[in-house]
Amino acid sequence: MLGLIASDIFWNAAAAGTVAALAASLVGYFVVLRAHAFAGEALTDICFAGSAGSALAGFNPLIGMLAFSLSAALGLGALSSRARGRDVETGMALSMATGLGVLFVSLYAHHSASHATAGMNLLFGSILSVRPAEIRLMLVCAFLALAALGAISRPLLFATLDPVSARARGLPVTLLSISFMLILAVAVAMCVLTIGALLALSLLVAPPAAALRVARRPASAMALSAVLGLIVVWGGLLASFIGPWRHPPIGFSVSTSASMAYFIAYALGKRRRKRGGGEGRHPSRETESEGKAE
Amino acid sequence: MLDLLRYPFMRNALITGSIVAVLAGAIGYFIVARSLTFAAHAIPNIGFAGAAGAVLTGILPVYGFFAFALAAAVGIGLVGKRARERDIVVAVLMTFALGLGFLFLSLYAGYAQRVYGILFGSILGISVGNVVVTGVAAAVAMGLLLAIYRPLLFCTVDPQAAAARGLPVATISALFLSVAALAISLSAQVMGALLVFTLMVGPAATANRLTRRPGRAILTAALLGLAYVWLGIGAAAISGRLPVSFMVSAIAFAVYLPVRIWARPRRRPGSASMSPRGAGAPDAPAEEEGCSAS
Amino acid sequence: MQEETGCVAVLEKASVRLGGRLIQESMTFTVEEGEFLAVLGPNGAGKTTLLRLLLGLIEPSSGSVSVFGAPPRRGNSRIGYVPQFRDVDAGISIRARDIVRLGLDGHRWGPGLPSRKREAAIDEVLEEVGALDLAEASLGELSGGERQRVLVAQALLTNPRLLLLDEPLASLDLAREAEIVGLVARLRRTRKTAVLLVTHDVNPMLSEIDGVLFMANGRCAKGPIAEVVTSAALSGLYGSPVEVVEALGKLFVVGAPI
Repeated sequence: MLGLIASDIFWNAAAAGTVAALAASLVGYFVVLRAHAFAGEALTDICFAGSAGSALAGFNPLIGMLAFSLSAALGLGALSSRARGRDVETGMALSMATGLGVLFVSLYAHHSASHATAGMNLLFGSILSVRPAEIRLMLVCAFLALAALGAISRPLLFATLDPVSARARGLPVTLLSISFMLILAVAVAMCVLTIGALLALSLLVAPPAAALRVARRPASAMALSAVLGLIVVWGGLLASFIGPWRHPPIGFSVSTSASMAYFIAYALGKRRRKRGGGEGRHPSRETESEGKAE
Repeated sequence: MLDLLRYPFMRNALITGSIVAVLAGAIGYFIVARSLTFAAHAIPNIGFAGAAGAVLTGILPVYGFFAFALAAAVGIGLVGKRARERDIVVAVLMTFALGLGFLFLSLYAGYAQRVYGILFGSILGISVGNVVVTGVAAAVAMGLLLAIYRPLLFCTVDPQAAAARGLPVATISALFLSVAALAISLSAQVMGALLVFTLMVGPAATANRLTRRPGRAILTAALLGLAYVWLGIGAAAISGRLPVSFMVSAIAFAVYLPVRIWARPRRRPGSASMSPRGAGAPDAPAEEEGCSAS
Repeated sequence: MQEETGCVAVLEKASVRLGGRLIQESMTFTVEEGEFLAVLGPNGAGKTTLLRLLLGLIEPSSGSVSVFGAPPRRGNSRIGYVPQFRDVDAGISIRARDIVRLGLDGHRWGPGLPSRKREAAIDEVLEEVGALDLAEASLGELSGGERQRVLVAQALLTNPRLLLLDEPLASLDLAREAEIVGLVARLRRTRKTAVLLVTHDVNPMLSEIDGVLFMANGRCAKGPIAEVVTSAALSGLYGSPVEVVEALGKLFVVGAPI
């Protein structure tokens, strides 16, 4: 079993997973802060449609995913930022993308039985079949996305925590929003490639959400998120490769580790709040909470 | 098309589809009104894990689906109101459940075909037994919904005044979520877990733009859903290759998009006497405000 | 007994604790029939808590509260409640008329049968608040002031003897504020309803109110404006120097949050 670790398959998967984890956990920090979980979910389904379309047309799935998700991101970012009503629109867009994905997979699976399992791969990830060329492409994309994120991180943080003041200060809030969605599209594509469309959201959202329950300052929360993301992916890979049970699929291991990390952080955070350890919430101008004593 | 009705599978699919379409229209109105759009997407994904587990243990998938969907609905209700936190918890729970479903799937290769059906929906797999179960369960769900209709509307629109009037807001919320989980489980037989959302939300979202009265909106949603399902099942049966869930989703989306873009709220009768609503007026309608008044 | 003396609500040394924190200590005052009171005070002082106390949604930790001569109970149709309105998704189909109707039978089970009498009652109360032409409008089309009027109509349907309004003037411009205050004052006169209006600013209603209930620092004081909204009285309440300045026919409180 340990011999498996020496194999190329493992190291390819580990490389892909590491890139995805870093991109996801850092971008995911803002996803949680901006309450864009649903938009992230929509993008995973859009990537699903893109990869299924690519499979049908014979392209590299990553190209298809990026094409679909980047275009969709432009639309999502340009949508007005009001929270109300946006959920329904996002949901409908998500459904359409999923529908297309279902269509493509069905048409693809009609060719042969092996294609049916290929369809499953699109949904649940194919990290084991990632080739070095794809890893190089992933590296480039992740680098560009993270560099862009770094460049806009301070104005983006400002615009996220206090959009009203940010706008008053002259920040191009809509442009920032669109830029972020494009970065998110790239990060989501990484996750979908490695652990599949259905599970990608866990890598994107769980490590940062866990980090935010424990750390409050942006820098420490982002760092913790990245660390957690790496632990979750590597833990998942190792559990699947050398685990004593029948090797569970990697998608399952990674998403379960991510969920566990979040549940643990949730419990820790709750206990801390019970002991009256000050405000356990990230300082931000949230909309009014219910039932406050007045 | 009419000679297709000779086949039992067609009749079963049409009857089941009609029943769930009507139920989905009614439930969908409240899902949109209560901002449960993300939950409506997450609940069927969690139900999928239950269905996959059920297949593994030899139980009818729809029972497993409903068990998990109900647990998810109750859990989501318990998590609380703050939308942002709720979305994260729902997202993590959803991916955890999906991972579980994937694990179940991987434990026994060769039943991928059935799981495929659970995710993508099918018109072939509906037996007379399914029809009976659907009919009975839908009748129960509809009865419950009718019974709590007025209090549910009150709690949805104005929870504080409803509480002051003595209504058990939390209980009604839990009841509705349970009924919604049932409706989603029944609809997933035809639409599949991935796309059942479109049937739940699409017709209701469209109806909301076409009429102002709650009763009419529900009726419109039910009729739209019925039309979509009949057209979708017909198209899927005739083509033989196109999945029914895709057809229904595509039609739902195709109707929603133009309605969303072009249907504007009609001018109110006698609105000439109303105060002008300029961009700077603090009196502007709520949907233009970025944050709620404190 | 209280009914004979014309008292709508009586509080006797009532204290309220929420989450371990003492919000208000030993409140003692009465609300007379037809009395129009402004409820003032900073955030967290207990203004909404007081309303919830009267509505029977919470219980006092000590002391007694009686409403219409009996302990407060939930769902008392003699109290009309206009809560601070939260944003409802403007995308749902519901008309002003439907919202008003909720005040009448929204708590009854079942979908309800059509009733001409009910529609007439709704029309009547919408007319009273001057919102009859808004009846068919969808919720999302209404402005803040219009929405407020519809909510007041909803509270009137059960013919309440006590009307509770929680910050009805928030986010309204001056003209709308005056409209709502005028509406409430007119309702009070025609229906002889007692009114408790929670607000941060007493100036829009200076000429209409009978008195003020000022809540701050865990304590409260009730009485005519000239007695309660003074530098001496408020300093005593807050426990620190507070100045009340009268200028341009208005009252301004300086030195403390209000």
